Amino acid sequence: MKKYWKIIYEGILPSNPVFVLLLGMCATLGTTSSAMNGLMMGIATAAVLICSNVVVSAVKNLVPDKVRIPAFIVIIATFVSMLQLLINAFMPALNASLGIFIPLIVVNCVILGRAEAFASRHSVFESLLDGLGCGLGFTFALTLLGATREILGTGKLFGLTLFPEDYGMLLFVLAPGAFIALGYLIALVNRLRKVS
Amino acid sequence: MLTYISIIITAIFINNIVFAQFLGICPFLGVSKKISSALGMGAAVTFVITLATVVGWLLQYYVLDPLHLEFLQTIVFILVIAFLVQMLEIIMKKITPALYQSLGVFLPLITTNCAVLGVAILVVQKGFNLMESVTYGIATSIGFTLALWIFAGIREQLSLSSAPKAMRGVPLALICAGILAMAFMGFSGIKIG
Amino acid sequence: MKKLASTFPNMVLSLGLITALAGALLGVIYDITKEPIEEQARQAQIQAIREVAPEFDNNPQEQAKTFTIDGNEFVVYPAYNKGKLEGAAVKGLSMNGFSGEIDVMAGFNLDGSIRDYRVLQQAETPGLGSRMEMWFRDPAGARSVIGKNPAETPLYVVKDTEQHGAIDGITAATISSRAFLESLRSAYEAYRQYALSENNELKEHL
Repeated sequence: MKKYWKIIYEGILPSNPVFVLLLGMCATLGTTSSAMNGLMMGIATAAVLICSNVVVSAVKNLVPDKVRIPAFIVIIATFVSMLQLLINAFMPALNASLGIFIPLIVVNCVILGRAEAFASRHSVFESLLDGLGCGLGFTFALTLLGATREILGTGKLFGLTLFPEDYGMLLFVLAPGAFIALGYLIALVNRLRKVS
Repeated sequence: MLTYISIIITAIFINNIVFAQFLGICPFLGVSKKISSALGMGAAVTFVITLATVVGWLLQYYVLDPLHLEFLQTIVFILVIAFLVQMLEIIMKKITPALYQSLGVFLPLITTNCAVLGVAILVVQKGFNLMESVTYGIATSIGFTLALWIFAGIREQLSLSSAPKAMRGVPLALICAGILAMAFMGFSGIKIG
Repeated sequence: MKKLASTFPNMVLSLGLITALAGALLGVIYDITKEPIEEQARQAQIQAIREVAPEFDNNPQEQAKTFTIDGNEFVVYPAYNKGKLEGAAVKGLSMNGFSGEIDVMAGFNLDGSIRDYRVLQQAETPGLGSRMEMWFRDPAGARSVIGKNPAETPLYVVKDTEQHGAIDGITAATISSRAFLESLRSAYEAYRQYALSENNELKEHL
């Protein structure tokens, strides 16, 4: 039991995909103009990550080594396309706010990375937990970055006003703010981990 | 003619793929420590983006649309890119071993470079014709190479500076990227034609 | 179970199988979601029409007419109540936004005054140009376009003195404001052309 908790915990903090492993940067920077967007993108990515981890682990022995990367990519792309269709059908507003970053979940290095490094070597259940952990870690990172940018940029959090918008630093909602906010957040995490 | 100039200027400066659209960030952070490798990566990406855009465009309008299989777009495009990268690797190894020596290491990284898939999808979304798509693909790659090149220059200097421990490496690089992005924001809103 | 060896038939078989399964699965999902996606788009449009147009009992989408103004397409959704033209919702756009296209749905009363509007799609700068949805209905100053008649009030930002602009543009987002107002003016033009072609008595109003 303890072993399983460790798998989940590992993905959330000690090897957080964004803050520590520095993977999936495009989606991280591109979709976090607000806490809500970050949270939604995190959940969408986590869903694909969990599904692909499970399937990759289930079929790992049926896939010859030399073609494993293309096979993994097909599996991931299938789940992403499914997600895309479902979002289009049932949550059109989400589609409008995340835009091109939904199909781009395919090339999120976190997902292929976990398929290759974890799911292709572990049991289905462990892969599920790993997907859950990394997915949570990714969602946590995106929500935190989104919240930071939203508060600094517009004085709101999840749409609730904390201080008047006129005092916000608009820069943080725009592209440069994404880089700067993420830079400081990673530095903060580095400091807390007392590494390097 | 004006359309093409407008596409080129927009893709390189106004809507720079790295600083304004957040695509291709992984190689941007990963391969920008030395100017020479940044240029190599830029060249390899230019090649793949241009090819992938053309093949993707042709597939979209001559296979997917007539057969009403638009929902397979993502899966088809990523397979095309993976296939192209693999082919490129094999061909380069055979024909120009020298070039392969210098670019080869970047090739596997390109499959998961979201700039490639991103551009292939964007030209379809924007409804460009084939010529416009090629122009957009090449211009975007130039924008990517430019960003990588400028940034590599900055990072070569950064590595010599003594920053607080927690800030060293990626955090400082990201903050510099933010400042560069601000500079690129100066181009936004420019109208051509 | 032992891992399959990397022989050629194995590789082809396994990749082929995975791709076939993936294709089939996607086909099924596509079939299931097809209806809701189309329904969703239709609903979103009828919703926008209902919000901006005067009350109607006809089917505006069926009676829609398209006009081309300055090279852009404008769709007029006429609103009839008990067989009488009450106004219309006009879907229009401007290509001159700060970051490309701005799509709006504008509602007009019979006399040509603006009843309401919705911004359907825009990619303007967040926090600046993107405030257009709220800004141009704000009663403060001369921001609001609601109730104004484009034939009487020059729908230009105040900065455009040549056109005697009468609307306060969004602070620090003049380009977005100009593009938005342009889309409203063109939408009005489309409505005017539609109304005249339908009912000549309206000439005196429009």
